[in-house]
Amino acid sequence: MSDHGPEEHGGAHEPSPTIYPLGFAVGIAVILVGLVVDPLLIGGIGALITLVFGFLWIREATREYRVEHTTVEAETAEGRPRKPESELTTKERFPRSRFLETVTVGVGAIIGGLVTLPVAGFAVLPSFVGQKRYKVDLGPITEFPESQWRIATFMVNPAEGEVSRRTAFVRNNGSVRVEGSARTVPSFTIISNRCAHLGCPVQANGPIGKPSEEKTANGEVRLIPTTPAGFGCPCHGGQYDTEGNRTAGPPVRALDRYAFEIDHGRLILLHTFSVSHVDGTGAQAQIHSYKLAGPGQHVDGPEQWFYPIQPPHH
Amino acid sequence: MAAARKPPTKGQIRRENLEIAVQYPLDWLEERSGLVGGVKYFLFRNVPADTNWMQTLGSATLTAFIVQAVTGVILAMYYQPTPTGAYPSIVDITDHLTLGWLVRGMHKWGASVFIILMFLHMGRVFLFGAYKYPRELNWIVGVLLLASALAEGFTGYLLPWDQTAYWASVVGINLNGTAPFLGPWLAQFLRSGQEISAETLTRFYSLHMLVLPGAIAGLIGLHLYLVIRLGVTSPPWSKEAAGTERPEEPTTLRKGLTAEPGGSE
Repeated sequence: MSDHGPEEHGGAHEPSPTIYPLGFAVGIAVILVGLVVDPLLIGGIGALITLVFGFLWIREATREYRVEHTTVEAETAEGRPRKPESELTTKERFPRSRFLETVTVGVGAIIGGLVTLPVAGFAVLPSFVGQKRYKVDLGPITEFPESQWRIATFMVNPAEGEVSRRTAFVRNNGSVRVEGSARTVPSFTIISNRCAHLGCPVQANGPIGKPSEEKTANGEVRLIPTTPAGFGCPCHGGQYDTEGNRTAGPPVRALDRYAFEIDHGRLILLHTFSVSHVDGTGAQAQIHSYKLAGPGQHVDGPEQWFYPIQPPHH
Repeated sequence: MAAARKPPTKGQIRRENLEIAVQYPLDWLEERSGLVGGVKYFLFRNVPADTNWMQTLGSATLTAFIVQAVTGVILAMYYQPTPTGAYPSIVDITDHLTLGWLVRGMHKWGASVFIILMFLHMGRVFLFGAYKYPRELNWIVGVLLLASALAEGFTGYLLPWDQTAYWASVVGINLNGTAPFLGPWLAQFLRSGQEISAETLTRFYSLHMLVLPGAIAGLIGLHLYLVIRLGVTSPPWSKEAAGTERPEEPTTLRKGLTAEPGGSE
């Protein structure tokens, strides 16, 4: 390209240096900072700067073309001989037929938009809006003997059926004393079986006992006793210890956990949350917990900045 | 003229009558639509004399797509996209319905054939340099076709709704989820929520049999339009290939073809 020389490209068409691209870049930078700091306020300001400078930049860059374009249109459309530009009136530059063309296309676009927008919204929004959180009744806590593991499978939403069946590894850690009082509360370790690599079903590394079944508000809950040395994923070989810490393989963090409550002596599963790692074990475990993230997504370290905004979910 | 013309034989008359019988509806159609001329223009184009079998890979890919479309439409008559109905309906198609095993087999194995042919076609275009000016846009359309076809493979894999299908889709969706920034949103859109559910199956079914085939059909139309408009490329070893000296051509065109910096002379 460079050996063609300046005269072939015509130096006159080079865009004049302006401040607008710089402002545009600053706006983008502010948006990116805003995504991390405050998406609504800072991000909004960034978007505004970007839009204003982008508009000015486009105006600046297309100024010559726009002027030329309208002049040529007027001449050819009217089929008249060339006139000095000063004689062109507003009426000739925008004749009636062009107005009607523009209005037809414009009204068509508005109608199309009015039809398309709600439909596109229906295609996309239900995935993100109105996601419900279901409590899961796992039955009386007496079904979970102290310091023993149970593999619990349950339906998150019985109305949806077997497709909503999930699995958790549950261990009763016994009672722990609440600090500064004589009261004790039950402690449970409840680990989700969704692998933190890509979501395959993690298995207990150990012998499996005879399953027992019980009916709860969540339909049929199956409890299988096991004595795991850890948990392992059959898909890509991720390995975890009994606290869900990654010990080998591709997972990027520890296994997710369920929050729980005890209601009238029954174990109720609440939401799930993500865990980077766990220090200590059992009732004394210190869980480094985060908002639920998808499998394969880092919740700590520099890689967490790849996932600044999680979609709304339960 | 002294030479007496022989009267036409019975066979000649029959042939003439047959010709008229065939020609009449074609003329009727041509006069009202120009379609006969259009089809002739599409099918009987001039191509370079030294094209070879490699250049049939594109048509082969198109044929594979048509096979997928037709067998897919028929499978859709028997398939049920519900969590409780999907797998039994697949079993029904394969084991009980007459020739169901054949049509499902064609669709299943044809999917791989489609993708393999697409890559071979892409390799041919790359090695022949057929993506170069003025055919860059057709390469881009081809890449969009490849992406749509791979998405067809991804969405179709879930539909048998067995263990392999289910967990492969879990892993595939979560792979999408690990893409920076928009990944988690894309995964949740594909899943239609936080977890795989009945809606994921219907969503994949809709994408697989309506959205993506429609996109592919439209892109194929654009792809073929560009092929017809720009013509078939000569192989690189052709004496007619772009870049070789062609004195009979107008000077400006030759200059345009050969004056690229770094072009071999």
